[in-house]
Amino acid sequence: MSLEAKQVSFSIYDQRILHEVSIHIKEKQFVGLIGPNGSGKSTLLKNMYRLLKPESGTVLLNEKDILKQSSKLIAKNLAVVSQETPVLFDFTVHDLVSMGRTPHKKLLELDQEQDFEIVKDALQQTGISHLAKRSFSSLSGGEKKRVMVARALAQQAQVLILDEPTNHLDIQHQLQLMDLIQTLHLTVVAALHDLNIAAMYCDQLYVLQHGRIVCHGTPEEVLTPALLKEVFGVFADIHTHALTGKPYLTYIPDQFAKKVSQV
Amino acid sequence: MNKKFMFFSLILFFVLIVSMTFAVMVGSVSVTPLYVWKVILSKIPFIQNLIEQDWSRSQEIIIWQIRAPRVLLAAIVGAGLAIAGAAIQALVRNSIADPYILGISSGAAVGATSVIILGAFSFLGIYALSVSAFLGSLLAIMLVFFLSRVGGRVSIFRLLLAGMAVSFILTAVSNFILMMSKQEGALKAVMFWMLGSLAGAKWNNIMIPAVIFFVVFVLLWLNYRNLNLLLMGEEAAVTLGVNLQQFRVQLILLVSLLTGVLVAVSGSIGFVGLIIPHIVRLIMGSNYKYVIPISALIGGIFLVWADAFARIIIAPQEMPIGIITAFCGGPFFIWLLRRNNYSFGEGD
Repeated sequence: MSLEAKQVSFSIYDQRILHEVSIHIKEKQFVGLIGPNGSGKSTLLKNMYRLLKPESGTVLLNEKDILKQSSKLIAKNLAVVSQETPVLFDFTVHDLVSMGRTPHKKLLELDQEQDFEIVKDALQQTGISHLAKRSFSSLSGGEKKRVMVARALAQQAQVLILDEPTNHLDIQHQLQLMDLIQTLHLTVVAALHDLNIAAMYCDQLYVLQHGRIVCHGTPEEVLTPALLKEVFGVFADIHTHALTGKPYLTYIPDQFAKKVSQV
Repeated sequence: MNKKFMFFSLILFFVLIVSMTFAVMVGSVSVTPLYVWKVILSKIPFIQNLIEQDWSRSQEIIIWQIRAPRVLLAAIVGAGLAIAGAAIQALVRNSIADPYILGISSGAAVGATSVIILGAFSFLGIYALSVSAFLGSLLAIMLVFFLSRVGGRVSIFRLLLAGMAVSFILTAVSNFILMMSKQEGALKAVMFWMLGSLAGAKWNNIMIPAVIFFVVFVLLWLNYRNLNLLLMGEEAAVTLGVNLQQFRVQLILLVSLLTGVLVAVSGSIGFVGLIIPHIVRLIMGSNYKYVIPISALIGGIFLVWADAFARIIIAPQEMPIGIITAFCGGPFFIWLLRRNNYSFGEGD
């Protein structure tokens, strides 16, 4: 199942946030969305999961306009792990992950054995089975994040949208989470801040700056010293890592960058 | 959790039946529980043949005509207000909301005042008060609802603010009618109505509230998943397939209908819709799969007792039930407020 944004524009008050942005995630592709703070990554993703409505342009899921499909149908095919985890009321982790089953349930239908199995698997895959009975509000930021990922897994959708999924996670859990998502072989689009992680896991990268796509392609094509200076305003050394074969970035603070340019 | 839920609901159901029996027993003439059940069972087809009629005509009137419908209404109103409160709290994602926050009680008060003082709808006879109170609440909620729409969407903030504004205006209207009235005793009659009373309960006027309560209860319970997602916030609801706008409108309609019907027969009894959902969350957590049924049971039990006290505490006079619910509810709420590990929701 593919996901595509076509010429999506969006404004908040009179401020243009997105300028005719187009991105295309093919079936089972892992696409990374990178760009500095305020470049419009989250806004683009929110337009793609219907929290916001594009001012112009369309978003296509499975080649059909998402605004013309029922909310329930979309939720069966598209799961989201957003940045916010605003739970103020008291739910257990198990209750929360079970909510991922909602789009698959009819009005009168109770949770079946199958649903419990799916929830159990989701808890296991994200390594939070031991937290199942804990109250969500008592968890740490990283644990909460994994619960939200587990909820998205329980949704069993073909397409996954992730807004900074590794935020709040320690390095071990960052890698575990990205490994897990990669092994699921879903259609994935993720906004990522860590460029090394983006390079390691993504098939394609799109670079957003001031609400426009400035560049896209494979990590090797996109991640160049020139682009990093231009878009992110940093100097970086880029190598190909001997073991992973992926681009590997070392950031160079300005004080050293000056020395490099002097030599 | 399921076992805990089954355990609690069975216990509470038992407590409700015992409380209702007790409430029928007490009053100016007391009757034994045996007679209470004998009289009630004698009204059921087929079973009635098995029961020997050994009670007096006056006992039957007291039990069947006077007390039974009233106790039943108390249970329905308590259960109804409690689930309406729980639903409203999910809608606005804030637990300081109660079913009256959308202006329903102030609208009903205008209707009631115009009947009591101005004699409006006199052609409706004994139904005039209920009908006009219901029309008043309908008018108020429609006004609030249209004021809260911006660009075809219901804004929750505007809903709350419009509810307040409409309440202020309608309260001013009923106060104005009251002040201009020269009738002796009118003030007391209106006051009594506003503080709530179940004294008007008869078999023929509790049917509508009973049916509406049942329908709304079933619909809310069936929608527990959507209510949970509503509580989680807009983002969770949208990404998990809830048609948010449509569901909000449905919820507002259901809650208004239920609250309007209840206010029409019982006046605006405060605190029940606010406090019962809190007690339930304290025991069961926030999952609406459990919050809806347990709220209904505890709400019913609470109001049956409150009404029993209202009848006996200053007998032969009656105390407005709203005074009792506020006296019990207020201190409890303060206790809840001082507990550190209880979350009231957004902004806490």
